[in-house]
Amino acid sequence: MTATLQPAALVALRAQGLGARLGSTQVLQGLDLQIEAARWTSIVGPNGAGKSTLLKVLAGLMAHTGVVHLQGQPLAAWPARQRAQQLAWLGQSEGAGDDLTVWDVALLGRLPHQAWLGKPRPEDYAAVEHALRQTQAWDWRERTLGQLSGGERQRVLLARALSVQAPVLLMDEPLVNLDPPHQADWLHIVRTLVARGTTVVSVLHEISMALHADTLVVMAQGRICHQGACADPASHRALEAVFEGRIAIHAVQGQWVALPATSALPSQPSD
Amino acid sequence: MKQWVRQRPLALAAGLALLSLLLLGLGACVGSTGLQSVREVWSDAVALQIVWDIRLPRSAGAWAAGALLGLAGAVAQGLFRNPLADPYLLGSAAGASLGVCVALALLGASPVAAPWMLQLGTTGAAFVGATAAVLLTLALARGVQQTLRLLLAGVVVGVVLGAASSLVLLVQPQLMQAMQGFMLGSTALVGWGACVLMLGGWCLCMALAWGLSPVLDGLSLGESTAASLGLPVVPMRIALVLVLALATGTAVAHTGLIAFVGLAAPHLVRAFARAGHARLVLLSSLMGGALLLGADLLARSLIAPQELPVGVLTAVLGGGYLLWLMHRQNPVAVGSKP
Repeated sequence: MTATLQPAALVALRAQGLGARLGSTQVLQGLDLQIEAARWTSIVGPNGAGKSTLLKVLAGLMAHTGVVHLQGQPLAAWPARQRAQQLAWLGQSEGAGDDLTVWDVALLGRLPHQAWLGKPRPEDYAAVEHALRQTQAWDWRERTLGQLSGGERQRVLLARALSVQAPVLLMDEPLVNLDPPHQADWLHIVRTLVARGTTVVSVLHEISMALHADTLVVMAQGRICHQGACADPASHRALEAVFEGRIAIHAVQGQWVALPATSALPSQPSD
Repeated sequence: MKQWVRQRPLALAAGLALLSLLLLGLGACVGSTGLQSVREVWSDAVALQIVWDIRLPRSAGAWAAGALLGLAGAVAQGLFRNPLADPYLLGSAAGASLGVCVALALLGASPVAAPWMLQLGTTGAAFVGATAAVLLTLALARGVQQTLRLLLAGVVVGVVLGAASSLVLLVQPQLMQAMQGFMLGSTALVGWGACVLMLGGWCLCMALAWGLSPVLDGLSLGESTAASLGLPVVPMRIALVLVLALATGTAVAHTGLIAFVGLAAPHLVRAFARAGHARLVLLSSLMGGALLLGADLLARSLIAPQELPVGVLTAVLGGGYLLWLMHRQNPVAVGSKP
């Protein structure tokens, strides 16, 4: 834990003593975390480290122990609608909504801003169009989700989360099924959002993409092992350690890249 | 801006409303003696009486029952995020059967029971049975949060209450024929009172379902996503289950267990138009009404002066048409999910 205490205005999310269970398994083991505002934080770690659970707890979508503060206020104290306006969450696809059109899916992101059963306003349409164009899903707005490929579908779901235009955006595996050009697009979208003051938190398995973030949070076994700048060698060492030395971080053309460690290749057993 | 999405549902709604009116007119003219012209009916006082007292209420009742089942089907499929969900899923069918069974056993055995008492008793018993079964399912599933629990509890309640009905029938085998009529469904005994009740129930359920439709839309992307959008998922799911129980119970109480309308209507709508749940529920309802009214017409006229049980026809017609649609279109269009 390298994070020092920041003034409330600079912290978008603050978690203290978080614990959560899935069934009988304790997934989060009393962790503390601060997410700085207007920065991009990447959460990484091996499978089963509790990354997705942490994101769900931070979004207020799961029962947990401990406290989460959103913009300085306890999550439970936020009325549901206001919280939804402040914080958008993109989960791993729960695999449904096949009958909805792309347009309708993206428009769902505007629900927190609309009166109950109220007609969408021009700014809602504008936000939806902007989001769909950002993820290049605008051309299929009349098609249904069921008619799209996995990657196309992911871009629509991403547009749904973007159309909320919330100051805090949490994304769980946003790059699933995306081809390299659209992964690069996603990077550009996140960079633009952060430049405009949005706080972005992402859970990523693509370590090289995660290393583009401002802050890296390394998790293992329901705890946070390390939190630090992505360019910090200490972060790289923590990352390599949590993946049991099976990956190595290299600098390639000004970018950090995670590659399989040569000692971990099958011809040279590591254990 | 959104015209491309809106036009087809509107056209479908207009088409279904027109079809319903046409079928209603036809329903007034078709009797046990075959088709009568309007002029013939107007000039004959007895025929007019028959139209007003028998044919019109049963036609309107068939439409209302179909509309309730179509509505319940669309709500069930949205609520459980499953295209195979139907209105009877939470045990309401088995509950209604048991209610009728018990009512028949109690009333039928008593020599003082008049036919109208029997009719009123079975209607009430079916409604009470259907509602009680859904409440029992909710209690067993300990709420509405877990879809799988809810579905399993519904299956268990269905099986257990079905076994109880069988037990009653085993003890009193003379009820078998009356029960068979209820299980197959019939619109023959619907009067104006039942019509008013069903249409009133339909208005209430439609208003509630319309109001709750944003939550159905949100739920179609998954429960966590719906919650992240600030939707009060748990109270609204309870409300939706109650709408489901009310709509199904009202229809079942008056017309028996009519098969397939609730399952087929939403799929038929989806084959024609894509719409959010607000419109899907309304369109499914109109579709269910038209479907059951059409089936009722055929049930009356196919082997006149005899009648077929309308439930048999809805199963054959609705099922056949759905199969044809599945055969004709790609699997996605009829709502199948991976």
